[in-house]
Amino acid sequence: MGVEYSIMKKTLIERIDVDSSGESNVVFSSISQEYDGLLLICSVRNDSTNLTFDIHPNGSSADRTRTTIQGSGAAATAATGTDITPLQDSSAYTANTFASTSVFIPNYTGSQTKGFSIESVTENDATTSYQRLQAGLWSNANAITSLELSTASLFAEHSSFTLYGVSAGSDGSTSVA
Amino acid sequence: MPETPTKLVVDVSTGEKTRVELTAEEIAQREADAAAYAQELADAEAAAEALATLKASARAKLVAGEALTEEEAATIVI
Repeated sequence: MGVEYSIMKKTLIERIDVDSSGESNVVFSSISQEYDGLLLICSVRNDSTNLTFDIHPNGSSADRTRTTIQGSGAAATAATGTDITPLQDSSAYTANTFASTSVFIPNYTGSQTKGFSIESVTENDATTSYQRLQAGLWSNANAITSLELSTASLFAEHSSFTLYGVSAGSDGSTSVA
Repeated sequence: MPETPTKLVVDVSTGEKTRVELTAEEIAQREADAAAYAQELADAEAAAEALATLKASARAKLVAGEALTEEEAATIVI
């Protein structure tokens, strides 16, 4: 008898590529509620010296908290805040480099607090370049139907944001009493 | 007069793209986000600088055979 494995399925929902005009904010709206989670993959640079961008679930700036640990190449730090902030490359970083960020949002359709699991690294040909792990929370009962990403100035050309829907496997569910 | 920043809204159910001007609240939020980032960066740099100073002091006292403070000892003994 063979062993059956549950296979997670990842479905491309939308990809946004920033053109030469740059973008202040980008929004994925009308997100389908058919998935078990969302995965956002970002390749990001901006035209200011700011090293983070912000995620606003349903366009909201309220109800957000997060805990961050971060290394810079010289020091390790930890911080908390009332926002959700992955890394982006700054305009001062090596030309044509982009930060890589992944954001996983499980159970985004539920009424419970939503978690944002963020792994983010900047790319820079210098001693200082950041690696960040962040646990974000959006303490709101509404399902997530849109994701807005904002930056201090403009997302730079060739930045990209790709949103996937993640489905659990058909036989992979486990209930704990 | 500077242009009002816009946001690119992509309706992922249809692929339709629209550009919408940011509201005054959204612009204020962007400024608040940038200020929060600057504060966090300043705090992190101050903490790193303070740690470096403590480590340098601990190292100098060890070489000189002097007693370390609790804070200095904590930088070299886990």
